[in-house]
Amino acid sequence: MTEALFLSLLTGIFVGFSAGYLGSLMVLEKMSLVGDALSHVALPGLALGFLFNFPPFLGAFAFLFVSAVIIWHLGRVTKLSFETIVGAMFTFALAIGIFIIPNVDLLEALFGDITTVTILDAAIAVIVSVVAVYLTKIIYKKLVLSMISEELATSKGINVGRINLLYLVLVSLVVAVGIKIVGTLLVGFLVVVPAAAAKNVSADLFKYEVLSAFFGVISSCSGILFSSYLNLPTGPLVVFSGFIVFLATVLVKWKTK
Amino acid sequence: MEDNEDYLLKVSNLSVKLQNQTILDNVSFKLRRGTALAVLGPNGAGKTMLFRALLNLVPYTGKIEWAEKAKIGYVPQNVAVDDIPISVKEFLSFKNHANLESSLSYVKLNNKNVEGKTLGVLSGGEFRRVLIAWALADNPDVLLFDEPTSGVDHGSEEPILVMLNGLKKKKGITLILITHDVHIVREYSDYLLALNRCVTFFGDSKKIMDPSIQNMIYGETVCVGAPDEEK
Repeated sequence: MTEALFLSLLTGIFVGFSAGYLGSLMVLEKMSLVGDALSHVALPGLALGFLFNFPPFLGAFAFLFVSAVIIWHLGRVTKLSFETIVGAMFTFALAIGIFIIPNVDLLEALFGDITTVTILDAAIAVIVSVVAVYLTKIIYKKLVLSMISEELATSKGINVGRINLLYLVLVSLVVAVGIKIVGTLLVGFLVVVPAAAAKNVSADLFKYEVLSAFFGVISSCSGILFSSYLNLPTGPLVVFSGFIVFLATVLVKWKTK
Repeated sequence: MEDNEDYLLKVSNLSVKLQNQTILDNVSFKLRRGTALAVLGPNGAGKTMLFRALLNLVPYTGKIEWAEKAKIGYVPQNVAVDDIPISVKEFLSFKNHANLESSLSYVKLNNKNVEGKTLGVLSGGEFRRVLIAWALADNPDVLLFDEPTSGVDHGSEEPILVMLNGLKKKKGITLILITHDVHIVREYSDYLLALNRCVTFFGDSKKIMDPSIQNMIYGETVCVGAPDEEK
């Protein structure tokens, strides 16, 4: 195994795991499109990174972080759903990003390029993923309880607004590192589809959490391996792999009904 | 002479305004320990908002005085579990209390079959029992129950009401029940608070069969002042 492939797989395992795990909450909150659209907000940040020669991940995360805070704040002030607010923001951000990003880097920003991952990229991906999963684990039950009944959660002393903000920031982090593998256009897939597949075959929360993360790992790793052996772009192959897993779970659900 | 120690809850001139709309207007009532209060009123009368205020979930003016160290249990009406893969055991584990077993036993759900079931596939009656067990796990002094028989099939209503009555009689738990059901008011509560943004009646729940009281509750809204329960 080459060093490049090893680093790609290492990044894929951690990012796939964290994206699947955090995505499981997004699917439960019926915010699937938020995960998808939020990723597009990163494009102007990536563009600035390419233009001014600083790590694009930092630019992506800065834009995602600011967007997450704005979305959270507008949600509280206007009572509009997150999906509506993200819907209003993401096309604007995408337009700005495409306008300012250098043509030569556009393809990588949109579809990712795991083959260029460095040791530093891999280290950032591992650390970000571990932190995001650890913090999400702490607030997971609280978030689920707030989805079941916000009143029940609040009456138990849970600050629903605060944990939602923390969750959005953590999603932003994971999306920012996921962009390296599949790009801004496809990273929403890693957040949404593994969790959707897990939901098809889970009757309890533990199984759902574990399978969401596992399907995330399976999707990203098999995509990276196919990409390496077939010499084809990684992003689309990650999506194809994950979609096969999703179809398989649809079949299982259909058979067991 | 009034015995202050006996009251679990005193509400004085409670008003709730949200987005410039008055949801509750000058509501006052008192509740003794170990009694059951039914809160009755049309849709939009402010019943659930009263609960939210009692739980300190909304800003309000006026005074809500719970007895010192009163522990409040809450069973909401609207709970979104249909689309969440979570088992009964996992839901109850959010509580992490040692007396969860006895709570489950009290609501007659202490069997492994039910604990492993997904919450969303329970019958309405089973689901209400799970919610009661959840609330009981904290050993509450008072249980706020929004529509105890909502979503419960006809045959399962009475056992739930009998169980609630048992909580009051055997455990001394004070009950505050939001309901539309006159049967619950008459048979399972001691006091009636009729709301239509303001209080239209507060007093002995058995009086609900009195036509003049029914007129106060269901007729044209006439707000009554701060009640004197002793009269």
